[in-house]
Amino acid sequence: MKDFMMLFHSEPNPDFNPTPEQIEEEVKAWQDWMGGIGAQGKLKNPGEALGFEGKTMHADGTITDGPYAELKEIVGGFIIVSAESIEEAIQLGKGCPALSSGGKVEVRDIMVFDGM
Amino acid sequence: MDNKLLSDIFKSEYSNLIAVLSSYYGLKDLELAEDIVSDTFLRAMKTWSYKGIPEYPKAWLRKVAQNLMLEHFRRKKTFEEKIAPELRARTQQIKEIEITDKIIEDSQLHMMFVLCDNKLNKESQICIALRILCGFSIEEIAKAFLSNKETINKKLYRAKKAIRERNRVETNLTLNQYVTRLDNVLRVIYLIFNEGYYSSVNEDNIRHEICWEAMRLSIFLSEHKIFPKQKIHALIALMCFHTSRLDARISGEKGDLLYHEQDKSKWNSALIQKGEKYLKLSAEGDMVSKYHLEAGIAYWHTRDNNGKWNNILQLYNKLLTIEYSPIIAMNRTYALARANSIVEAIQEAHKLELKNNHHYFCLLAELYHMNNNIEKEIEYLNVAIGFANKKSEKELIKHRLEKASQLKT
Repeated sequence: MKDFMMLFHSEPNPDFNPTPEQIEEEVKAWQDWMGGIGAQGKLKNPGEALGFEGKTMHADGTITDGPYAELKEIVGGFIIVSAESIEEAIQLGKGCPALSSGGKVEVRDIMVFDGM
Repeated sequence: MDNKLLSDIFKSEYSNLIAVLSSYYGLKDLELAEDIVSDTFLRAMKTWSYKGIPEYPKAWLRKVAQNLMLEHFRRKKTFEEKIAPELRARTQQIKEIEITDKIIEDSQLHMMFVLCDNKLNKESQICIALRILCGFSIEEIAKAFLSNKETINKKLYRAKKAIRERNRVETNLTLNQYVTRLDNVLRVIYLIFNEGYYSSVNEDNIRHEICWEAMRLSIFLSEHKIFPKQKIHALIALMCFHTSRLDARISGEKGDLLYHEQDKSKWNSALIQKGEKYLKLSAEGDMVSKYHLEAGIAYWHTRDNNGKWNNILQLYNKLLTIEYSPIIAMNRTYALARANSIVEAIQEAHKLELKNNHHYFCLLAELYHMNNNIEKEIEYLNVAIGFANKKSEKELIKHRLEKASQLKT
């Protein structure tokens, strides 16, 4: 088994003001999806959801507003799963609510350093 | 003589006396403390059988145990060599050997934290806790584990030896050690409770007693100021909710009844209320432990309103982020069927791949049953029966097979 990190990318939409019901639905979708991975015993770390406050520090010492890299896209959160291969990790990613709202899921292997 | 009364007195006083005696001896010799207590009970049996049970039987037992202990100190050949130096150092203490409620309480607490040693395997921890902390007889423990007296004796012997070796240096726990060991103590209490609640092989009265003992120990813990309370309260809440249904659960002729099969009028409402009280107490602060989540699930099972199953599902989802076990995974999938949709639950169930677990195939059968796919239900029940080990489990599945076959025709 290896560990993979799933990073959830999305483009923030400032015009979208969800109702409490919509928020509740969204939360439930995430919980149900993660619960499904947990039920397979493959949720290594439930990770964190990230907020919208952020600044970016640059090598030249400047600091810019916003968590965005070059694109408008931001990372909204992450989890760590265990899987035999990246293909299996991709299978686990299916049904992720980030995808149904037009976002992306980036799946990355986590490096293991011997002797550390 | 009233044998029931006698055995109740012995049981409750057993752990008290052992705890106090070993606090004097140190834990070097748990067996010695046990011998003295057995001797005390033997004398009680003899004396009481012609004089009757004294007015204050516990005080009587404590007095006799005290005397036997002193007698042992005096008589022991090694007295001068080994104990005397220690005695001189603790003269004050030994002169005033006294078994009071306060000393009992402190010693019991100490005992709990020394015995719940996470270096011992799970079964040994439960065995020794049932024996020393709950005063169960070897025979009762053997019944609880579907084992025989010899095996249990061996297990206890090994466990005591291990504890003795490990605790030679740490008989005095610091406040900090008490607090850091609390999790393990709670886990052992939780295991003891599960032994009573889930094992369908035990006699009903033993199951009740095991559950009550687990509750007693945790209430005892909750009364000590040194511990953070939230987890203890959550565990008590969980046990109250479960125990409220124990009578309904064990009233089935063929093994335990599940929630939806139980006669709800048999649920004990006083215990449910007690559970609610402790659940509220456990919510002080922002800690969420697995006991909180399990207590929450057990709470929702006592309710009958809208959203019940989604709440249960969400609590299982959360629980799975803290801990994985096949049982949690299966229960979560069942909740998914009730909260979301049966089809979704069937898809998720197939991903679990608990390949040789008969409960898993029973779950699949149940989900297909809910989906009116009787053929699949029968197919999975037939797989399940191949993996069931116990006769009672096989019978239960056979019973379901018969019902399903009737539906088919």
